[in-house]
Amino acid sequence: MPVKPRAGVWRRLLKRPLALLGLFIVAIVLAGAILAPWLTGYDPNEQMFDGLTLEGSPLPPNAKFWLGTDLLGRDLLTRILFGARTSLIIGIVANGVALLIGTLVGVTAGYFRGWIGSALMRFTDLMMAFPALLLAICLAAVFEPSLWIVAMVIALVNWVQTARVIYTETSSLSEREFIDAERTIGASAPRILLRHILPHLLPTIIVWGTLGISTTVLLEATLSYLGIGVQPPTASWGNIIFENQTYFQAAPWLVFFPGAAILALALAFNLIGDALRDILDPTQRGRA
Amino acid sequence: MSQSLREVPSALAGEAVLEIAGLSVSVRGEDGEREVVSGLSLSLKRGETLCIAGESGSGKSMTALAIMQLLPQPAGRIAGGTIRLRDEDGSAVELTVLDERRMRDIRGDRIAMIFQEPMTSLNPVLSIGRQLTESIEAHTGVSQTEAKLRAVAALKAVRISEAESRLKQFPHELSGGMRQRVMIAMALALEPDVLIADEPTTALDVTVQGEVLELLRDLQRQHGTSVILITHDMGVVAEMADRVIVMRNGRMVEEGTTAAIFARPQAAYTRELLAAVPRIGSGARRRASGESDGAAMQDKVAVVKDLQVRFDLRGGFFGRVNRRVHAVEGISFSIAPNETLALVGESGCGKSTTAKALAGLVPYSGRVTIGGRELSRLGRDERKAVRRDVQMVFQDPYASLDPRMRVGELVAEPLLIHSIGSKEERRERVAALFERVGLSSEQMELYPHEFSGGQRQRICIARALALRPKLIIADESVSALDVSVQARVLDLLKELQREFGVAYLFISHDMAVVENVSDRVAVMYLGQIVEIGSRDQVFSNPRHPYTRRLIEAVPVPDPSLRRTRFARLEREIPSATRRIGESVPKLVLKDFGGGHFAAVGD
Repeated sequence: MPVKPRAGVWRRLLKRPLALLGLFIVAIVLAGAILAPWLTGYDPNEQMFDGLTLEGSPLPPNAKFWLGTDLLGRDLLTRILFGARTSLIIGIVANGVALLIGTLVGVTAGYFRGWIGSALMRFTDLMMAFPALLLAICLAAVFEPSLWIVAMVIALVNWVQTARVIYTETSSLSEREFIDAERTIGASAPRILLRHILPHLLPTIIVWGTLGISTTVLLEATLSYLGIGVQPPTASWGNIIFENQTYFQAAPWLVFFPGAAILALALAFNLIGDALRDILDPTQRGRA
Repeated sequence: MSQSLREVPSALAGEAVLEIAGLSVSVRGEDGEREVVSGLSLSLKRGETLCIAGESGSGKSMTALAIMQLLPQPAGRIAGGTIRLRDEDGSAVELTVLDERRMRDIRGDRIAMIFQEPMTSLNPVLSIGRQLTESIEAHTGVSQTEAKLRAVAALKAVRISEAESRLKQFPHELSGGMRQRVMIAMALALEPDVLIADEPTTALDVTVQGEVLELLRDLQRQHGTSVILITHDMGVVAEMADRVIVMRNGRMVEEGTTAAIFARPQAAYTRELLAAVPRIGSGARRRASGESDGAAMQDKVAVVKDLQVRFDLRGGFFGRVNRRVHAVEGISFSIAPNETLALVGESGCGKSTTAKALAGLVPYSGRVTIGGRELSRLGRDERKAVRRDVQMVFQDPYASLDPRMRVGELVAEPLLIHSIGSKEERRERVAALFERVGLSSEQMELYPHEFSGGQRQRICIARALALRPKLIIADESVSALDVSVQARVLDLLKELQREFGVAYLFISHDMAVVENVSDRVAVMYLGQIVEIGSRDQVFSNPRHPYTRRLIEAVPVPDPSLRRTRFARLEREIPSATRRIGESVPKLVLKDFGGGHFAAVGD
């Protein structure tokens, strides 16, 4: 019987009610994003004549507009569904790239130390000291704003914290005796890094990955607000909140629903991440 | 020579100060509540030393924590039984029902405790003086000046020199032995009725251990303190105890006077335990010394010439190298096939660094020749090939296996790395290795945490054997194991040597174990070898004073050989850290014939 360390991860994930809930929420958001044009009869950017009161105020949730309308008389539900596309791309792609850079830098600096490590970490510190928003604005100003550029800018700003944390953990892992033991049997550096250090970093990577989703979604919103993010009228959860936040008192639903969507998505990834962390740790096996 | 009864006020002698009846302790874990101490009854007489002996998991430490009402919270609790502390006038306090505030008054004042790890049981950011006076003030309410006087007296009592100036020092400025003496000073400053010492010398070097034990004995004689000494070391038991309780799996297996337990152990477990204890002088006869000496250099498995390892210490504003640790200072030795060379010495002597240099884990200078090929002359790939011949088994079997891999994969990994065999062949070979080291091949699918310490060390041995090396470096490989497990692992190592002809570099601080396994012995002190020779030469005829001191300091598991005085170090072991440019006196080894060399003129 061949040894399969990852056998049954999916099956065991489905056994956990909380993980199931997380998967369910992600599935809904995903389906909403993909099927948006078919789920709603409205265009996300169409300013409807009956979408505003006579005085020009947005409508609260009602039978026609389930989640109400925004300041320009657009259907909020439609905008949230279409906005899910943007936010998922930002939250997954930008966050994923940031995680990748951060892990790569952190692991390299933590394992090899020496001048490579010092140089990498000094650079990380420099990036950390630089105001993230200013950096994002600079980068966004250089490139033509588009969804993918925004994702890249966010990734370039967000990898630093991950790198710091991964660096610390890698350097303490490299001191552990089993890493010495690997060296004595002749294991190469890539093998030690991939087979013996990375699996131990997985919990940290998962936690930072799930935490990063809400951060990146909000950073995208900030950039949109400053006019250098996703360009209006394209909807994203972040820019829906920012467009409407000044009317929070008068029209709370305009902030509440997209806010709840961000929260639910972040929570869902958190639940999945938590379960994955336990499942992938063999020392936790057999415990609920 | 057996020691006579202690000088305790005759009226009080024989009267119990602590009585435990039917004590049960439970700890709640992942899988429900588990009883770690069951129905333990004992009584401690005034001025008596009672040893609780047992292996890990026997419940001996839990008993101590239960008496102190310091069980791990919220998981641990006393499930039943009574613990009575008796006053001199005969009145008793029941500790199990005492509230926390009143228990605090008893802790330190009437029952004191010292722990195993002197490095962690002192607060690193408070001075010694502060920590000493704090407990004195808290319990007696005397003035600060009075508390300070008492603290100085306590330090003097534990034979710490310049006691007044020591008060201003911090724990990191003291050596391990000094710290443990400070702990004893703290424990005894309030003259408690009962002192509980939980493995007080386990973390200390053997020469320091002797001193600390002697100190405990003297102080007890002076104050008439009753001592509960918890230990796994039967040598310490024989040296210290009036009475012994042997525990296993939370239950008392046997109780008796020290002489009776050692001479006529009743329980089978006690007999096993005593039989497993390594003793100096009981090692089986090995090959005659000097047999391997005639072999040509090419036949040696490993030849080490002038090995040097130094670590730079950076300091100052620009982080320049200003000092160096001379961990290994020009040592030379060789190992023949089928031979066990033991490297002994106390912590910081450079024995583990030597092992790491040989295994290629730290950079070194000097010549290392493995199987006739000198490493520094080889290219990278060739060096990797030669390294296959040297494998290592580490001290801590819990730390040296990647916890996220199945043990079968771990043992197969060396084969995979050096591309040996097909997947199926590797599997078969790993299965065979598992059977060989006394595990079953079905266990290959499990993870390291599912094994006991001894089993894990067997896995590490299987892993080291996988590449059929010529030399296995065993760096304190049995030190972390219980004695009975230790004996079985040592037997396995010997069997494997007979079968595969592998040579061992056996690194240990334990003279008794070394005497049992080695063919030749090298004694290290401050990075240099002070004596090297066959086992019989070094143990029966030690030439260097340090070797003699090491051998004498080992507690002998026989109460009839109890010593009244331990060999004492004139000074603390000096540091191997030196300034840049400072020269190191190189020891000259004198030939005493038959391959026996020792440094002279020190």
